Amino acid sequence: MKALEKLFDKYRPQFKKGGKYEFFFPLFEMTDTILLWTNERTKSGPHVRDALDLKRFMMIVIVGLIPATLFGIWNVGYQHYQAIGVAASFGELFTYGLWKFLPILLVSYAAGGFWEVLFALVRKHDVNEGFLVTGFLFPLVLPATIPLWQVAVAISFGTVIGKEVFGGTGMNILNPALTARAFVFFAYPGKISGDKVWTAIEPLKDKIIDGFSGATPLAVAASTPAGGNAVQHAAGAGFHFMDLFYGFYAGSIGETSTLAILIGAVILIITGVASWRIMVAVFAGGYGAALLFNALAGDGAAGMFTLPAYYHLVMGGFAFGAVFMATDPVSAAQTNTGKWVYGFLIGVLAILIRTVNPAYPEGMMLAILFMNLFSPLVDYYVVKANIKRRLSRAQ
Amino acid sequence: MLEHYLSLFVKAVFVENILLAFFLGMCSFLAVSKKVETAIGLGLAVTFVMTITTPVNWAINTYLLKDGALSWIWSGFANVDLSFLEFITFIASIAAMVQLVEMVIDRFSPKLYAALGIFLPLIAVNCAILGASLFMVERDYTLGESIVFGFGSGTGWFLAIVAMASIRTKIRYSNVPNGLKGLGITMLITGLMSMAFMLFSGIQL
Repeated sequence: MKALEKLFDKYRPQFKKGGKYEFFFPLFEMTDTILLWTNERTKSGPHVRDALDLKRFMMIVIVGLIPATLFGIWNVGYQHYQAIGVAASFGELFTYGLWKFLPILLVSYAAGGFWEVLFALVRKHDVNEGFLVTGFLFPLVLPATIPLWQVAVAISFGTVIGKEVFGGTGMNILNPALTARAFVFFAYPGKISGDKVWTAIEPLKDKIIDGFSGATPLAVAASTPAGGNAVQHAAGAGFHFMDLFYGFYAGSIGETSTLAILIGAVILIITGVASWRIMVAVFAGGYGAALLFNALAGDGAAGMFTLPAYYHLVMGGFAFGAVFMATDPVSAAQTNTGKWVYGFLIGVLAILIRTVNPAYPEGMMLAILFMNLFSPLVDYYVVKANIKRRLSRAQ
Repeated sequence: MLEHYLSLFVKAVFVENILLAFFLGMCSFLAVSKKVETAIGLGLAVTFVMTITTPVNWAINTYLLKDGALSWIWSGFANVDLSFLEFITFIASIAAMVQLVEMVIDRFSPKLYAALGIFLPLIAVNCAILGASLFMVERDYTLGESIVFGFGSGTGWFLAIVAMASIRTKIRYSNVPNGLKGLGITMLITGLMSMAFMLFSGIQL
């Protein structure tokens, strides 16, 4: 440690203003603060004295993502060997998943990191730590079959348009990872929707077993005929509640296992990194909306109306969005009351889209983006109401 | 019947938001979205004008302009088609309504009147309002439908501009690159907004 510190101290003057490598100071600063502590103080108020800086804050999110990631990697392999009907050991499943997941993660970090560093160098601000999380979240909401160039294009869009044009971490309005996801969804729908993309299969090599459909549970539930029961329909396709909860089904890499996501949620809540209010509110909103649709389901209503609320919460990206996406401290509502409203509406909108919008089987991504847009407005009214209440108390 | 009106309203506000799906009424949207209060004022004015002008233009269109519309005066007019006058009459009736709104706002809220400034009279040429009337003609709405549609489109516009104003308040301290400050970043936000509004596209009502 001491030696490292000495090394950095030795070279620091060359990167400082007037030094030889002044232009590359953001890069130097980035390596310095990742490896060592920073003595820097914030330049303007308010000051908070805390051991937790932005880098450590973001690292905790990564730690929270580890259970979902590990499960996701395993699940990619599991789905693959299920589809071709070959029995495989745990090691083989995991290796196959890793072989699919790692390239996506590396491309995401490389392409996004390129823009991040370029903006930092040209605009002379620090390399933003938020990208550690964005670059990690994005691969987790993609199917394992996504072409790598699309990953690169989408993360570039997410980083530049979603974040850097606003000035970097902490100044954006939409969640950059979701912006990238929405970009790839609208720009290349063929590679990120439908039944074919969720399971990794080598079309030339692999023989797919009979009866394999590849459809996600949500797509299956949405295809329930009018008047039918969505639970029975899903069970007919092999989707039972506990399987859905543990995550043994095809979907985006990191989103399938509600259990793993909940472990991450516990980490985030205990460390205080993510807002428990938002998480609870999203789940409550989703649960309430689903109950409402259940009550509305009558004869001739679309089969999706009959899907019970607890099924909704463990299917697709709902849990992942609620825990890791909606709680993004930058794009979410800032006030406590606002967080309840914001989260609740995300839950309601996501279920609404799943149930009544035939265009998308999944609504979580766009529901969060939509509420990102309205979170400043929610905050505005919460603050106004506070001012009014205090004024009335003063009089 | 009520259900039909409700779904038309929801469609006009969310699914086919006149601003974020058709990009109509952009100029005042970009110019008057710096503060939430002003945005609310302009949004309300636009909603009000739209709710009135769409049915008024419906009446004008149905009883004066449409092919054979004049036959209620004299059966000899059954073949007269004045629909080429559509644009000019619609704009005239919109302008008249805007004058009315202007006088009302000036009388009851001089502060808002001052804040809206030149953009209040410019509502007269706000393409969203003319657009609502033209959509009404194109889609053959009835009187009831055109009231609901006008109100819905106005509400959608209101929602968009208020959201935009709150976002612009939030990013006031953002470190936006110099070339993008002001209108540039606002255009980008508009694009991102309409991407998020795609949430509702595809809903069949």
